[in-house]
Amino acid sequence: MEKGLVESAAVDALVERYEQDVGPLRGAQAVARAWTDSAFRARLLEDGMPAVRELGFGDRMDGHVARLVVKENTDTVHNVVVCTLCSCYPWAVLGLPPAWYKSPAYRSRAVREPRRLLAELGLDLPLEVEVRVWDSSAEVRYMVLPQRPPESDDLDQDELAAIVTRDSMIGVERL
Amino acid sequence: MNGIHDMGGMHGFGPVDRRPDEALFPEAWQGRVCALAGYAMSAGLANIDAFRHAIERMPPDRYLADGYYGRWLYALETLARERLADGLQPESPEDGASVVREVDVEPLFSVGDAVCTWNRHPEGHTRLPGYARNRRGVVAGVHPACVYPDTNADGRGESPQHLYTVAFDDAELWGEEAEGGTTVYIDLFEPYLETIR
Repeated sequence: MEKGLVESAAVDALVERYEQDVGPLRGAQAVARAWTDSAFRARLLEDGMPAVRELGFGDRMDGHVARLVVKENTDTVHNVVVCTLCSCYPWAVLGLPPAWYKSPAYRSRAVREPRRLLAELGLDLPLEVEVRVWDSSAEVRYMVLPQRPPESDDLDQDELAAIVTRDSMIGVERL
Repeated sequence: MNGIHDMGGMHGFGPVDRRPDEALFPEAWQGRVCALAGYAMSAGLANIDAFRHAIERMPPDRYLADGYYGRWLYALETLARERLADGLQPESPEDGASVVREVDVEPLFSVGDAVCTWNRHPEGHTRLPGYARNRRGVVAGVHPACVYPDTNADGRGESPQHLYTVAFDDAELWGEEAEGGTTVYIDLFEPYLETIR
């Protein structure tokens, strides 16, 4: 700051922005749209960043990221995201990472014993469900497209977005 | 480098402490460090790879004790000390700059190729985690070529490289202790990979 590189007011303004409007809402809206619009779902799974930009989030994409890859959960495949080397995270769609995602416990265990870890977090997956762990330590960021929960047929897109949790898009929760 | 940051597979950290409704920045200084880091790098203090490497160079006990934004603060202080000691000599500003680069050569590998990771232990920055060295996997994705963090982190230039997602069977990574029915996918740059003949 003394060198004039950064003004303290600008720092405070950015902190405020993070606290107020950067969160998992954009990811939740993308998920809800994918559940209700199969063409959008296909585009989202093909290449995440352009699809998410369709929702009007283009101004806040993370410049250091080469691609946003969205992985779809099914009855037989469960995806979960980690970054073992630091704490890479899809900021553009999920906001800042939660503390547990950055913790040594999560970073060390998610690649070695994901089933046990997920079970401890309340998600018991039968052995016939393949677990795919995405160690996103480089220029690609990952988000999980959770399965649409049963008995959600009568919800509209906004109501659906409201039930999509951050943790389901990281892959430590099923809806 | 084989540092404390390379946590994949380590034992001893206990259960994951997931708390609902935690504050984004439990202490005000953490938010300021987060924002300051973004501005400092935009202003050319360092590139993202040098920033990550500065964190990795922390003494291991401090790495564990200081927490996430504490590490960021340490990296900012380290880089400021190193880069500004003799007057400001910033790198070119990279505000929102993409890391994707055009390269003249075609990717060596395609989806489905069997590959083995190299068994190297560089002192500098690398994106090949220790648990995946000298391991066999299958190319599952080919991404746009990107700035090579290994050289970009310490001033040796961008030397862009092709980037792949490689799938590893958990038994290949963890042997008899593998849980089974799990695949670990890691994004790896082309120099880390060799063809299995």
